[in-house]
Amino acid sequence: MAKRRGIEVSIAIAEAARQADVDVVSAYPITPQTHIVEHLAQLVADGVLDANYITVESEHTAMSACVGASAAGARVFTSTSSQGLALMNEIVYLASSLRTPVVMALANRSLSGPISIWNDHSDVMNERDTGWISIFANNGQEAYDLTLMAFRIGEDRRVMLPVMINFDGFILTHVIEPIYIFDDEEIAGFIPPFEPIYRLDPDNPVTMGPVGVPDVYTEAKKQQEVAIRESRPVIDEVFEEFAQRYGRRYRAVETYRTEDAEVVLLAQGSVIEAAEVAVDHLREQGKKVGAVELRLWRPFPFKDLKEALCGNTIKQVVVLDRCISFGGQAGPVMSEVRSALYHEPKRPMVVGVVAGLGGRDIPLSDYVKMFEIGEECLRTGKEPGEEPELVKIVGLRE
Amino acid sequence: MKLKEKPTWRELPFACCIPEPGNSVYYKTGDWKTLRPVVDKEKCIKCGTCWIFCPEYAFEEDEYGYYNPNYDYCKGCGICATECPAQCIKMEEEVVE
Amino acid sequence: MVEIRFHGRGGQGAVTSAELLAQAAIEEGRYAQAFPAFGAERRGAPVLAFTRISDEAIKLRTGVYEPDVVLILDTSLVQSVPVMGGLKEGGLVVLNSKKGPGVWKRELGREDVSVASVDATGIALKELGVPITNVIMLGALLKATPLVVTETLEGFIAQRFPRIAEKEIRAFRKAYEEARVE
Repeated sequence: MAKRRGIEVSIAIAEAARQADVDVVSAYPITPQTHIVEHLAQLVADGVLDANYITVESEHTAMSACVGASAAGARVFTSTSSQGLALMNEIVYLASSLRTPVVMALANRSLSGPISIWNDHSDVMNERDTGWISIFANNGQEAYDLTLMAFRIGEDRRVMLPVMINFDGFILTHVIEPIYIFDDEEIAGFIPPFEPIYRLDPDNPVTMGPVGVPDVYTEAKKQQEVAIRESRPVIDEVFEEFAQRYGRRYRAVETYRTEDAEVVLLAQGSVIEAAEVAVDHLREQGKKVGAVELRLWRPFPFKDLKEALCGNTIKQVVVLDRCISFGGQAGPVMSEVRSALYHEPKRPMVVGVVAGLGGRDIPLSDYVKMFEIGEECLRTGKEPGEEPELVKIVGLRE
Repeated sequence: MKLKEKPTWRELPFACCIPEPGNSVYYKTGDWKTLRPVVDKEKCIKCGTCWIFCPEYAFEEDEYGYYNPNYDYCKGCGICATECPAQCIKMEEEVVE
Repeated sequence: MVEIRFHGRGGQGAVTSAELLAQAAIEEGRYAQAFPAFGAERRGAPVLAFTRISDEAIKLRTGVYEPDVVLILDTSLVQSVPVMGGLKEGGLVVLNSKKGPGVWKRELGREDVSVASVDATGIALKELGVPITNVIMLGALLKATPLVVTETLEGFIAQRFPRIAEKEIRAFRKAYEEARVE
């Protein structure tokens, strides 16, 4: 039986990696991810976890070690944040193109400068097109559950792709809250042994990562694109099996009180629960509002999103981005959501707001403001302000 | 097995891997050269320096212990001729008939 | 939902206090969050930590702006940090001080609030030999408001400080007995 424990979310994630029985951990400490890898290093040092903890001098090398270990057939876990992920970037691309199913716990943090150790989603958005499966957790329980599921999803022979689990730095990593932690026996059968398609083996040599001349590079990229799209049914399968076994159901897109809603707020990560509190608050005032969570970021859940937002009562979507696309449309989530709905005959209007950059707290009153922006769009038929293209930041000192 | 030169994305091996070791033998680079190494066996001391230095592994040892370039793969770089301590390798013009 | 703000200095263990309290509430089947003010920790610098306790799942992850309880590990902070900021009408202040609650009520200028005070540093020096008051202050807190059962909390104190568990629990109980609440 799973035990309900008051545990720091970072420690719960490290426990998930232990219960997945990882063979290799390689990471470089960076705030706010540090507690995760510290705990894993301790488990390895204490002999509780039979794994190689490869200490390295940078995140670039950490990811290199992860890719190499995965290519050799090891189950691999790493964790990073912000600048660390940015430094890994080159090898992040290699992990997906070499189809090495590394699991990464990404404690989301802003990118410098100015130097900021605090939370937003700039780091993950910078890696949007790297070909990793990318999933958001909005609380500690989800971060723990999804880390376990990440191994199942990534290592499935129909997938063979790296997976990053996103959870907000500090807001989740540094919080103690109640989390159901499985007994080891209870979760043991959920993650079968890793059986790679090819592995680096001196007795049976193969070449991984050769030159892709112009005659094959395009085909290699197409193969990768098909692979991440075809991971979707596997993701649903794993979500379903998890629900059957353990009773907690995960969906690519989640909705909250959207049945008769006219204005909805769409977001990712820990803000979604606060948005739900704001929805409850506004519902008490008779406002028809709801919240939508885009949990699965890659592969992008086009169909689920359309089902959630189109052909129903929803007339206005406010997308909350935790990242600015400088000189572009608000943030990456907004521009993707808006374009995903473009061909729908009956679609809501989409407006983007940016908030919670670099650890700026988003109080309830700011969520109310976001809904007000949505209502104004709905009333006037256009986005507020002189220049509609201008990024609308909520919680900014003007 | 020789890989198809222009595979479709479905035919391309998983993750662009090369699953069969040593398949570079199918890729003959011998026609790259303008100069070819010619070994003067009168001077050769069978030391194997050419065999060690050749970046294409194009030298093969024969039954008498001499090292002979395999012109199917030799690109004509001339490293063997430069390194040979006995100076028994000359780079001569490639004659294409 | 009850929101508690802990004021201390880096190294005094304010974060540990917040965590122990949350763990005890969770153990008792309720919902709780404990988290530090997010930033770089430096020994001696003013630090903040927070605990939320509720009978329902806590969805709020914003900062604590209007706490029900303020717990002050080090009264030197009263001069330099707005310790009373946002404290709810009729809220509770728990202080580490030799001075009585009545004196503090006047000094803090808030007659509406309850005040609990205990000479936690004195107890710490006597029982632990070091001026670490975080666990001790929880004794005063629980006397003023029974947020969790003392035995539950003592279980987590023992878990957190296995080598000095007995001393910590003795000091914690002493604070519970000696705290004055008005």
